[in-house]
Amino acid sequence: MSKRSDIKAGISRRNVLKGAAGIAGIAAGSGAITGFPYVRAAEPKVLRYLGTAVNEGDLIGTQCLKDTGIKLEYVTATTDDVTKRVITQPNSFDVLDTEYFSLKKLVPSGNILALDARKIKEFDNITPVFTKGQLPNGKKIGGQGTAPWKVLYLEGKDSKVFSKTPTEYVTLIPTVYNADTLGIRPDLIKRPINSWAELLNPEFKGRASILNIPSIGIMDAAMVVEATGQYKYADKGNMTRAEIDLTMKILTEAKKAGQFRAFWTDFNQSVNLMASGETVIQSMWSPAVTAVRKKGVPCVFQPLKEGYRSWASGFCVSKGVSGAKLEWAYEFVNWFLSGWPGAYLNRQGYYSAVLSTAQKNMEPYEWAYWMEGKPAERDIKAPDGSLLEKAGTVRDGGSYDERMGNVACWNAVMDENDYMVRKWNEFIAA
Amino acid sequence: MLETSFRQRAIGWLQAGPMVIIFVGFFLIPLLFVIVVSFWDYNDYEMLPVFSGRGYTDTFESCLDQLPQFCTILRTYGSTLKFCLIVWSLTLVIGFTVAYFLAFHVRSRTWQIGLSLLCTIPFWTSNVIRMIAWIPLLGRNGLVNNALVGLKIVDRPLEWLLFSEFSVVLAFVHLFTFFMVVPIFNSMIRIDKALIEAAYDSGASGFQTLVNVVIPLSKPGIVIGSIFVITIVMGDFITIGVMGGQQIASAGKIIQTRLDAIQFPAAAANAVILLAATMMIIAAMTRLVDIRKEL
Repeated sequence: MSKRSDIKAGISRRNVLKGAAGIAGIAAGSGAITGFPYVRAAEPKVLRYLGTAVNEGDLIGTQCLKDTGIKLEYVTATTDDVTKRVITQPNSFDVLDTEYFSLKKLVPSGNILALDARKIKEFDNITPVFTKGQLPNGKKIGGQGTAPWKVLYLEGKDSKVFSKTPTEYVTLIPTVYNADTLGIRPDLIKRPINSWAELLNPEFKGRASILNIPSIGIMDAAMVVEATGQYKYADKGNMTRAEIDLTMKILTEAKKAGQFRAFWTDFNQSVNLMASGETVIQSMWSPAVTAVRKKGVPCVFQPLKEGYRSWASGFCVSKGVSGAKLEWAYEFVNWFLSGWPGAYLNRQGYYSAVLSTAQKNMEPYEWAYWMEGKPAERDIKAPDGSLLEKAGTVRDGGSYDERMGNVACWNAVMDENDYMVRKWNEFIAA
Repeated sequence: MLETSFRQRAIGWLQAGPMVIIFVGFFLIPLLFVIVVSFWDYNDYEMLPVFSGRGYTDTFESCLDQLPQFCTILRTYGSTLKFCLIVWSLTLVIGFTVAYFLAFHVRSRTWQIGLSLLCTIPFWTSNVIRMIAWIPLLGRNGLVNNALVGLKIVDRPLEWLLFSEFSVVLAFVHLFTFFMVVPIFNSMIRIDKALIEAAYDSGASGFQTLVNVVIPLSKPGIVIGSIFVITIVMGDFITIGVMGGQQIASAGKIIQTRLDAIQFPAAAANAVILLAATMMIIAAMTRLVDIRKEL
């Protein structure tokens, strides 16, 4: 196994050298050197890749170069900054990796180019979570908020309108998604936690936190409001003004009563708050929980009975991309769905869009742990080789079906987004 | 005769030229754009170049209805002004004392230079790092709390040390006192020592000399330092964000939230309001002291 990849690496390094000299022999296909090398006067295959850090890893970049000869130039930004950049500087990137909920802003701006589903080899194997809003076993998934299947297709190539039925034109080719919940410190809480309502439980006064990203923070608050039985939303991801007022009122009261220790805006802040014991319960992302655990501090990504708030992201390209560059983009997207990156993402606790190819790239015991919710047969290692879990542990939230099957809502941009942002500023000032 | 004055003027313009170009190109023109954009309309994903006061009316939303309670924007400016006042007075007192020590107590030039360089050491690392360094110190399980609990001074960790107004003020004072020290020291060093001797000879006490001689002659330095500190605190949102645990509002944070939501005209309107507020404070201060005359 390792020997084979050594050989591949050797060949690809040579390709790169030749590429630099301007006479690259580029091996077709995903890394397999088949047939006679196709020689042409090639420019180096470079794609400027704009996205959040989720899919952007040195290992992915290296592997991609090895397999396809495409060099990825990462431009990393927060989700909000990615959106800002697409709208204000659409020529500053080639491939875009962003979240489905941003599409409500991106598609009408006309700055992104929908990809053609027919040119995506694995498109038909993409998990039905994206295409139909259901699990592979047919179970329906909660669709509140900007669920991916609501914004997956466009009516035509240059259309700015989402299509309700499948078409060839796909806004974002799905890559990665996850079901988010609260992170807790079991050693400091010392009792079972099973409801979103606990986030605003006065028992944790001064030791709770949510994120200071309005569109996500308000969804977490809405999960709490429903969990406490104070109100039931028609759609948590698309509130009316009255619903926004109600949600922010409850949050504001909690803030004034000193419920929150701090709010966080980025991954590291959330890790530090939890690891230092400043907070014991907070909104968190799955890899952040892993990061806390890696420091030797107990932390659980706690499944809750009301379900999860989910997010998903995928690829499209900038409007300005065409010709050879567009072909590379397709090659890259096809590579991304071909298995290696999917396995890489699964091993971090995310989920890959094409399950079958990812499974082929994972050991059976890894698949059983990450996807089937079974106790780890062997020690579970992170992609960088460091120890994540000892043999015998079970993943938080259980299997893929248990997790994705219990999604209650998706990250969203509301119709009343403008009003919501103003109310959020008011909440911070309160 | 005529030729010389023309030449002098040309040289004057040449000397001022680079600054004028930078000032116009990188300050005045962008500022003009911000003001223009602040009067545009917007939707979820673009700016609409039609006249609209929406950025401003949204910002002052329900300010009249909520009276006597303050609305978001007034509360935010209220809290920012409070920080300004506290930070300004603390940095002034500390900065003045340090500058006084350097200017009048340290006799040798070498030591004066050496000690002022010592003051700059914290600036060898970035602002953000100096700020973040406070967190493990002040946290619930931080060094300070551990020491206090260990020495049995308090029986449980103090919560208000971190993510509070206290930690914000502490960080501000730590970060910005130096901006007071330098201009005040600069003014003091130029005070003719003979004036102070004359004051003593005329029978003035140390305090009288300070109030009647040193402070009036240090005024330009005090005003310049104050302008530094106040403009920074007015516009800051990073220190308030990090040290306040994102729970304290600031004018800069409002602008950032608006930018993140791609509501550029609203962000521009808030920037114009912030600029106006800061300009008013500076105008008031320069009214007290004519800096140009004093320099």
